[in-house]
Amino acid sequence: MVRNPKLIAVLHNPIAIAESIQQRKRWEQFFILLGWFSLLVALLTLVVLVADLLIRGWPLLNLKFLLSPPSSDPEEAGILTAWVGSLLVILVTIVVAVPLGIGAGIYLEEYAPKNWLLDFIEINITNLAGVPSIIYGLLALGFFVYILKWGESILTAGCTLALLILPVVIVTTRESLRAIPVGIREGAYSVGASRWQTIFDHVLPYSMGGILTGIIVGISRAIGETAPLITIGALTFITFLPEAPIKGEFPYISFNWLWSPFTVLPIQMFNWVSRPQEAFQINSAAAGVVLLVLTLLVNSTAIYLRYRFRKSIKF
Amino acid sequence: MVKPTEEAVVTQQEPLRKLAEVRDLNFYYGRTQALKNINMPIYEKKVTALIGPSGCGKTTLLRCFNRMHDLYPGNRYEGQILLGVDQPRNLLEMDPIEVRMQIGMVFQKPNPFPKSIYENIAYGLRVRGIKDRALLDEVVERSLRNAALWDEVKDRLKEPGTSLSGGQQQRLCIARALATDPEIILFDEPTSALDPIATVSIENLIVELKEQVTILIVTHNLQQAIRVSQFTAFMYLGELVEYNDTMSIFTKPVEQKTADYVSGRFG
Repeated sequence: MVRNPKLIAVLHNPIAIAESIQQRKRWEQFFILLGWFSLLVALLTLVVLVADLLIRGWPLLNLKFLLSPPSSDPEEAGILTAWVGSLLVILVTIVVAVPLGIGAGIYLEEYAPKNWLLDFIEINITNLAGVPSIIYGLLALGFFVYILKWGESILTAGCTLALLILPVVIVTTRESLRAIPVGIREGAYSVGASRWQTIFDHVLPYSMGGILTGIIVGISRAIGETAPLITIGALTFITFLPEAPIKGEFPYISFNWLWSPFTVLPIQMFNWVSRPQEAFQINSAAAGVVLLVLTLLVNSTAIYLRYRFRKSIKF
Repeated sequence: MVKPTEEAVVTQQEPLRKLAEVRDLNFYYGRTQALKNINMPIYEKKVTALIGPSGCGKTTLLRCFNRMHDLYPGNRYEGQILLGVDQPRNLLEMDPIEVRMQIGMVFQKPNPFPKSIYENIAYGLRVRGIKDRALLDEVVERSLRNAALWDEVKDRLKEPGTSLSGGQQQRLCIARALATDPEIILFDEPTSALDPIATVSIENLIVELKEQVTILIVTHNLQQAIRVSQFTAFMYLGELVEYNDTMSIFTKPVEQKTADYVSGRFG
């Protein structure tokens, strides 16, 4: 029982209680306003950026722009080779980075013996995520282009970007695996599952939502990368498409496109912006809109997938 | 601990006073109705136990008392829970913060903050803007003494609350609830995560605490209800089947469902 009158005054005096609540509510209101303001700054920046691109690029945003190769005449120039290049490079990036990243993440989290070496590797993977992308470009130039002699190809570019996003995929894979409650693992082991079965049947599927988030972040970064691709020698002016992957005659499928020279959207934009003619600025803005839409499409697919995974799994 | 004989005398001498009363309470999780037309009194400085099989709504009812359901979207109350002896107010229409300043809660799993033992207890006062060190010291000591934890932790108040054993953590949570001198403390299966020895100490504590505070406890353990409570409410499928003093519920229940449950025939 409280007897101290000072305490009774603050704990049980209705006026003090009402005042205390009111004061705290005011703070809450203040922070809600502050939150709104922060959100507004972030959103407004985005809206202004997109609106600016849209307004300037509007006259060019049509099918012809999408389906024409670049040209020295700004009216005729399009982004066909650029967006096809972007898509193909990202495709290679995904195919390379996702299995490697998830595999490495699973090994490090579930199988690797917990010792100083693991700590050392862990620290370095985290550091790798922060290495500037141009460094990866230099590595790729030395390794893929000069040693493996893959040339300035889509394969080289895809692998370079894969290296770039690999650390992000590995780190988020590990974090998602770690977030699965111990009870789930123990439940699986308790009915006689092996470690691999526990991981493959339970831990991995349940953590897919988190892993996909890592992949989204990685891909969004890769899609806009320019520096490492310029380093490995991406072309800035290319008028022909890579060879189609599907053919009319046997064996119907071809991987020759992997060896094609290429350009990507950000490089195409960069090329146009740096030209003296005013007209190319419009092309650049329009290409910017397309790049944004492309990023958005990739992201929303991934977000949808993540939503599906999250919805079906609840602990 | 109060001896049973003394307790019986006290019960006879002091008239029962209603501190709270549930009136026609319905509760909905979205479209699912979890509580159906609940009516029951809560007597001052008594322990009221809520029993019933899993999913019967006893925890849902308990959490109505300190408006925990307000934290999640889609929950809806209908009806009244009146709080106060002289001028009862419907706590479902009060500010949730004000409600929680008067009704504390102890959860199923001990949930101390990852802060020092001292700060765990002082926090309830700090959120009200109390900074006076002497006052905080006094409250921390009183609460820990009331929670029968003082002797065990008085030399290590600066250590993290999470470093205590499970039973000690739960007593720390009880001390945290006591610190603000609430009218009612809600216990949601407070011993289901504890070993038998820690359980005994928490049960003893509850019996002692009812001298100063009204207690509402959800329990799966029927023996525990008998040991600690004076009144018992038996719930089934969201309805209050039977409410009476604990002895009557367990020895001469009126409803067949209650008889089946307390004799272990189902649930």
